[in-house]
Amino acid sequence: MGEGSFRISRVLGWATLVFMVAGLYAAFIYAPREVTMGDVQRIFYFHLAAAWLMMLAFGVVFAGSILYLVKKDRKWDIIAAASAEIAVVFSFVVMTTGPIWAKSAWGAWWTWDPRLTSTLVLWIVFIGYLMLRGSITDRSRRASISSVYGIVGFVDVPIVFMSIRWWRTIHPQLFNGLDMQMAPPMILTLMVCLVAFSLLYVFFLLQRIRLETMRDEVELLKQDISY
Amino acid sequence: MGTFGGPTTSSPEQKASRLSRSAEPTRTRSAPGGMSRYFQDVGAIIWKDVISELRTKEMLSSMVVFAVLVILIFNFALEVSGVAPDLIVPGVLWVAITFAGILGLNRSMASEKDKGCLEGLMLCPVDRSAIFLGKMLGNVIFMLIVEVVVVPVLSVLFNLPILMPWLILIVVLGTFGFATVGTLLSTVAVNTRTREVMLPVLLFPIIVPLIIASVKATRAIIIGQAWADILPWLQLLGAFDVIFLVVCLLVFQFVIQE
Repeated sequence: MGEGSFRISRVLGWATLVFMVAGLYAAFIYAPREVTMGDVQRIFYFHLAAAWLMMLAFGVVFAGSILYLVKKDRKWDIIAAASAEIAVVFSFVVMTTGPIWAKSAWGAWWTWDPRLTSTLVLWIVFIGYLMLRGSITDRSRRASISSVYGIVGFVDVPIVFMSIRWWRTIHPQLFNGLDMQMAPPMILTLMVCLVAFSLLYVFFLLQRIRLETMRDEVELLKQDISY
Repeated sequence: MGTFGGPTTSSPEQKASRLSRSAEPTRTRSAPGGMSRYFQDVGAIIWKDVISELRTKEMLSSMVVFAVLVILIFNFALEVSGVAPDLIVPGVLWVAITFAGILGLNRSMASEKDKGCLEGLMLCPVDRSAIFLGKMLGNVIFMLIVEVVVVPVLSVLFNLPILMPWLILIVVLGTFGFATVGTLLSTVAVNTRTREVMLPVLLFPIIVPLIIASVKATRAIIIGQAWADILPWLQLLGAFDVIFLVVCLLVFQFVIQE
């Protein structure tokens, strides 16, 4: 990471801040009050934005893992690891905002709905991924082994979703997803939040890659000194 | 026996490799072609595990005792007497299989690693996927032996006739998928500092669909549901087995490389 990309990430940081503030304003003040659900619906803008970014981040882990195994370039391992950490953070946002909304809208913190349950499983898989990374010392071994788990975990997600959907169909279908009509200001608010979270994701990713690259340099310098 | 470690040559020339193994009557019977040679390698690895288990009997005995204990604990934890057993037995069966399976998987890979056998296996002139298949099928065999004991015990203790031909198919399919992912992830786990602790953390979330399908299919069989209700779960089990067999065969080489 050179000086140029450092400047890019600074610009990105400020842009993220601006969009975050705009998103907060839009969600809490600009967007109209939802008729049936009331103010609690406003959490949905952050919930959905975080959920989309979570899926994207997990997709990046999958792609990074495959690319690492094919090309054996440490860059891809760093990207996968960074993306996994951010994905777990976004999952945490999703898993906390979701129940807060659900308690008010559905009357329960949690239902074993396919979407909820597969998100939970996905979250646990990638917490396991991070634990796995934390318990392997050797760097290249950690890279290839965690890549393998990143691939296995991602392949599992659609199967989990299918299995839970079949599992639930035997029970009465209580809730039918997030079918809601959205007014244009609501869509605009959602878009602003989505841009803000996307910028935040890229910002975090660049910071994390920079940190890891610096760690590598420190490691090299340490080796130089000891020999 | 005696085939493990195999010939020192991996020459593709059939005559040469045949000469070097002339002392082994079991292998000269079929001409060592590409495919049959591959399955001989797989068979040798399975045989090695079976022999070593027959000599120590460490793994099987602990797996069986553990599975029976799980059933016992569930009997007290769930207060079974008042409840209809067909609601509980499928769940208890698969929890017992899963926990005993974890025990076996950890043991199977830890002994490879501790005694340096994994390095030995990697030095063998066999394909990496043959090592995977050998270990995996070995695990399947041990788990099936445990299940042969556990299923009748469960049937007797809960007073529910569950020994049905279709149940065997479900148990075999479920065990196959469990051992496929489990063998890969136990190889992953022995490479970590925390080792035994790591395997359930990695394995349980992955096998969620397998457990759902197995429990649902087992219950459907026990209460005698229509074939149309059972078939989707069998298809799901089959799909899980095939998808993860392909994925695991593809990625296993990256886990054991030095």
